[in-house]
This record gives sequence, C-alpha cells and structure tokens, in this order.
Amino acid sequence: MSKKVITSLILILITITLLIIAQNNLDSFSLRILNLCGIYVIFAVSMNLINGFTGQLALGHAGFIAVGAYSYSLLVMDPQLKEMNFFLKPLIAPLNTVHWPFLPALILAGLMAALAGFLVGAPALRLRGDYLAIATLGFGEIIRIIFTNTQSITNGSLGLKGIPAPDKFLFFSMKNSLMWWVWIAAIITVIFHFLLIDSSYGRAFKAIREDEKAAQAMGIALFKHKVMAMVISSFFAGIGGALLASLIGTIDPLMFRFLLTFNILLIVVVGGMGSISGSIISAISITILMEVLRALDQGFMGLPALPGLRMVVFALLLMSVVLFYPKGLMGNEELSWNKLMNLLKKPLLLKEVKK
Amino acid sequence: MSLLEVKDVTMQFGGLTAVTNFNLHINNDEIVGLIGPNGAGKTTCFNVITGEYIPSKGSVFFEKKDITKARSDQVTKLGIARTFQNIRLFKDLTVLENVLIANHLNVKSNLFTAIFKLPKYQKEERQMYEKSLDLLKELKLERFKNEKSSSLPYGLQRRLEIARALATQPKLLLLDEPAAGMNPQESIELMKLINEIKEKFNLTIFMIEHHMPVIMGVCKRILVLDHGLTIAEGTPKEIQTNPKVIEAYLGVETIA
Ligand SMILES: Nc1ncnc2c1ncn2[C@@H]1O[C@H](COP(=O)(O)OP(=O)(O)OP(=O)(O)O)[C@@H](O)[C@H]1O
Ligand SMILES: [Mg+2]
Repeated sequence: MSKKVITSLILILITITLLIIAQNNLDSFSLRILNLCGIYVIFAVSMNLINGFTGQLALGHAGFIAVGAYSYSLLVMDPQLKEMNFFLKPLIAPLNTVHWPFLPALILAGLMAALAGFLVGAPALRLRGDYLAIATLGFGEIIRIIFTNTQSITNGSLGLKGIPAPDKFLFFSMKNSLMWWVWIAAIITVIFHFLLIDSSYGRAFKAIREDEKAAQAMGIALFKHKVMAMVISSFFAGIGGALLASLIGTIDPLMFRFLLTFNILLIVVVGGMGSISGSIISAISITILMEVLRALDQGFMGLPALPGLRMVVFALLLMSVVLFYPKGLMGNEELSWNKLMNLLKKPLLLKEVKK
Repeated sequence: MSLLEVKDVTMQFGGLTAVTNFNLHINNDEIVGLIGPNGAGKTTCFNVITGEYIPSKGSVFFEKKDITKARSDQVTKLGIARTFQNIRLFKDLTVLENVLIANHLNVKSNLFTAIFKLPKYQKEERQMYEKSLDLLKELKLERFKNEKSSSLPYGLQRRLEIARALATQPKLLLLDEPAAGMNPQESIELMKLINEIKEKFNLTIFMIEHHMPVIMGVCKRILVLDHGLTIAEGTPKEIQTNPKVIEAYLGVETIA
C-alpha cells in the first residue's frame, strides 16, 4: 500500500515537473495539443469505467461531454458576450444574467452531465450488449439534437463563441492557467478511478463485467451498480467537456456527433478495456499522433498534399496495434515496474539470441 | 424449524413444462438431496428458489418470507447462496478477488467512503481480506490466492465456487452437482468437505448430484424428479429400493 502511494506521488511529481517545463518551453500550438491530451485522458479513463471495467457497451459519451461543455459555457460567459452570441433568439432568464467563476462552473458542468448520465442510464442499463449500445448511441444523438433545437438555451446550430478560458489557476496567475486546470483535473480523474477500482465497488463492477449472473448470485444488485458506474463516468465526461469548451473557445452541436464517442472508444480499445494506464498511454499517443499526422495532409517531404492520407496512415497504424495486441496495449492490466522491465528485457533477449 | 418452503411450484418455458407442482420443505440443519435423470428439472428448481426464474405457478418462502418474486441478489442477501452446475467463476480475476467480491453485499460503507478509503471503509476492507483468507485456508485454496481463477484445475474451481458462496454468509447453501467431473478420490474429499462446512458454518444444505455414492453418503433425505414430477421422497435406503426410481433411471432394463 505505502509503496503504491510513494510510486503514485513520484509519478505525480514527474508529471508536474514536465508540465512546468512544457509551460516554459512549448509554443502555443504544442501547448494546445498538450491540453487536448489531458482532456482525452479524462474522456478515455471515464469511458473505460463503464465500458472496460463494468463491461457495459455504453456509447453516449459524446452526449455527456456536450452537456458538460454547454453547461460550463453558459455559466462562465459574461452577459454581454451572451447577448452577442444569441442574436437570433435571446437566451432565456436566468441564464442570460448568470456569470460564474471557473471552478464552480466546471463542477456544475460535471454534475449536469452526471444527471444526464442518470437519466439516460436508468432506462438504458436495463438492456444488455448490442441493445444497450444502440439505446445509448440513440440517447447521445438525442441530446445533440435537443441542443440543436433549443435555440433559446444553446443558440442552436450557431453554437457558442468566445467561451473564456480561466485566467487563474486557483488563486495563482499562471502563464497558462488552462493547462494547469486540465492536467490537475486529469490527475484527479486518474487517481479517483484507481481508488474506485481498488475498492469493493470497483471489484463489484469487474464482477458484473466477468459474469452478470454470477455477480448477481453473489448479492450484487446489478442495476444499481451499473447506474453508479454510468453516473460517475458521465460526471467526468462532463468535466472533460467543460475543459474542451474552454480550450477551443467555440462549441456547436456538430462537435458532439457519434464520431467523438467513436474516437474515445477507439482510444480505450487500443489502450486496453479495463486498464487505466492503458487508457492514459493510448489517449496521449493517439492525440499526438493525430496532430503529427496532419502534416501528411499538407504535403510532406516532397509528397504532394493528399487530404485524407492522414486517416489512411492512422488506420494502418491502428490495424497493426490490433493485430499485435488484440486485447489492447495493456489488456486489462495496469502498468507496473515488473511489466515495464519485462517489456524492456524482451527485445534485449531477442538481440542476444540473434547474436 | 422450517427454513425453506416451496409450494406447488410449476415452471413453464413457452410450451415446455420443466417442473410440475414441486413441493419442498427443508428444516434448519438438514442436508437434502435432489436427484433425477438429465433434463428432469433439477437446476430449474434451484433457479426458481434463487430468484433467477419467477415460477409460472406456486410460491417460495424462506424463513416464512415470500421470496417468489425476489431478485437473485436479494435472495442471496437474505441468506441463500448457490454454486453453478457449469462453473461460473469470475474467470479473469484472482482466486482471492473472487471471494472478496462475495463479501461486497455486506459492505456498509457507501461509494464515497469506499473510494476515499475513510477509516470506516478501511476497517471493513481489512475484515473482508481476513475473512476471505480464512475461507481460502479452510478450503485449502490459500496458496492459489493470487492465481487467475480460470487457471485452477477443475476440482479446485468447484471448491472455489463453494468458498465464494460461503463468503456471502448463507444460511442455506444450494450445490448444483458439486462432484461433477471429479474422480472417486476427489468425491470422497468433497463429501468430507460438505460435512465439515455444514458444521463449521451452521449450514443447511440442498444439493443436486449425479454421483450416487456422494448423495447417498451425505444426505439424510432425498427427492427424485423425473420429467419435472416428484416421483419419490425418502431416506437413501428407501430411494434405492423404490421401483419408480429404478424405472426412471433404468427405464429400459425394467421393460426388458
Ligand atoms: N431458460 C430456459 N428456457 C427454456 N427451457 C429451459 C430453460 N431452462 C431449462 N429449460 C428446460 O427445462 C428442462 C429441465 O432443465 P434443467 O436444467 O432443470 O434439468 P436438470 O435436471 O438440471 O438436468 P441436468 O442433469 O442435465 O443438469 C430441460 O428440458 C431444459 O431444456
Ligand atoms: Mg442441471
């Protein structure tokens, strides 16, 4: 136990040191990618809870992210900015006058998404497998369509523009406060999920994934635990959504299509269903890869610009991961020193054999 | 004292009647057996008692409480635990985790107390570990505690299922063919084990079994099902000599 705590503290310290270095050395484009990485870590880890650990194929993540993003934006934008945005149809009271600080808005965004998770989960989690997938996918899309059509609350398809980013981290003025918020939120998300999985409730979630009937025969109330996992998962999706809104500064309903859920699911599957460290590694590498590969679309090393080439290369890389690691990079296990050493030893051993 | 009471239970699946007018009365401290040819409806009886199925007709009472329509997790909480005919362990999890999970129903800490490992939960968690390790020791599974449960040999997997069921702290234990796939030596050990845990945990046991030596050796009272009908009930001696039972099992020979 104490060894675990020490390792975690060291990892957190390393992360913070890296962030300080990043803050001082990275240009704004790279910083943006760094923030996106943190946000995708939150998305992937939270989706892994319901899909990977609890074994429920729920595909409504984009919907909960949207709820978080919109709740946050409507709370932090100042009244004047809102009036400029809502020029077709004015924003309803009392939303048109509220102007909250960053942190309370962030938390309320998470709570709103959690509420949405409950409202979607309560009926949908009575279904299983494919049916659950289809129902949650439908709900996710319904949330988006509602947002497109409630113009006096969400500004419909025009979306919201000029969403402010926090200018302070807690009480400190930082060079890049948003980066600190994003990454502290990501660290908290990760720690929260590790603690959860390590608890009796986490074991109950895994039992449900392994065998629902047996779990129920062990006295685990299936529905209650599935809803719990769903509500927690959507809470963090909402937090991630809020951070995404403040990073990009502009949101509209089209951002939260099924494609977003699909991308996160892909990150989770590549990292390993049921592995938090897998989700982290995969979220960071895939986010960076997608940005790096952008160069391909714009012509690269003498190659002509071929729009779409990025996705082709990306797909090929994915296929090779799935081929060589059918259960994802980490399977359903967590990264540990022993495993890391084994991984390093393998190629070394191979080299020796070749000699 | 009466522990379990099954009254006139009929279970239909579409047009198929798996169990017809099943009646059963089990007192505290008994070991009762249920036998019958394949497809006789034995497992279906278990599923009705544990809340897996709601019977088409009839009712089930546990400690005088009507549990006919209770969900199986509620039934387990009331004190009925079971093993499965086709082993249903949490395959990807360790032996210890399998038993720990069966402690979850008694956890009093709420989600947040558990996540943030507040003192109340820490105490519960420690007790859970101690109890689970004791159980594993009791069933001689301790040295496999960190193995994946699916990596255990078959006989030990059955034993782990019993350990897991015991961890829910049942009053009534339902065993569905616990000796299936065991060799004679293992069957003898199993008989000993069943008697031991019965004494140690104050259990009442209701078991399905095909191995005649096991069921005859352990049970004082046996029911026989055939095509969903209860065709006999009595002591092992009575059952062995009952012509109806012999016919049900060896139908062809009696004709010949
Ligand atoms: N869920 C179900 N749906 C439809 N038919 C079922 C269902 N469960 C059981 N049956 C049928 O009910 C009958 C009794 O099955 P059951 O499993 O209770 O038999 P059993 O006595 O346990 O047999 P065995 O010794 O092979 O385990 C069988 O014909 C079976 O096909
Ligand atoms: Mg059976």
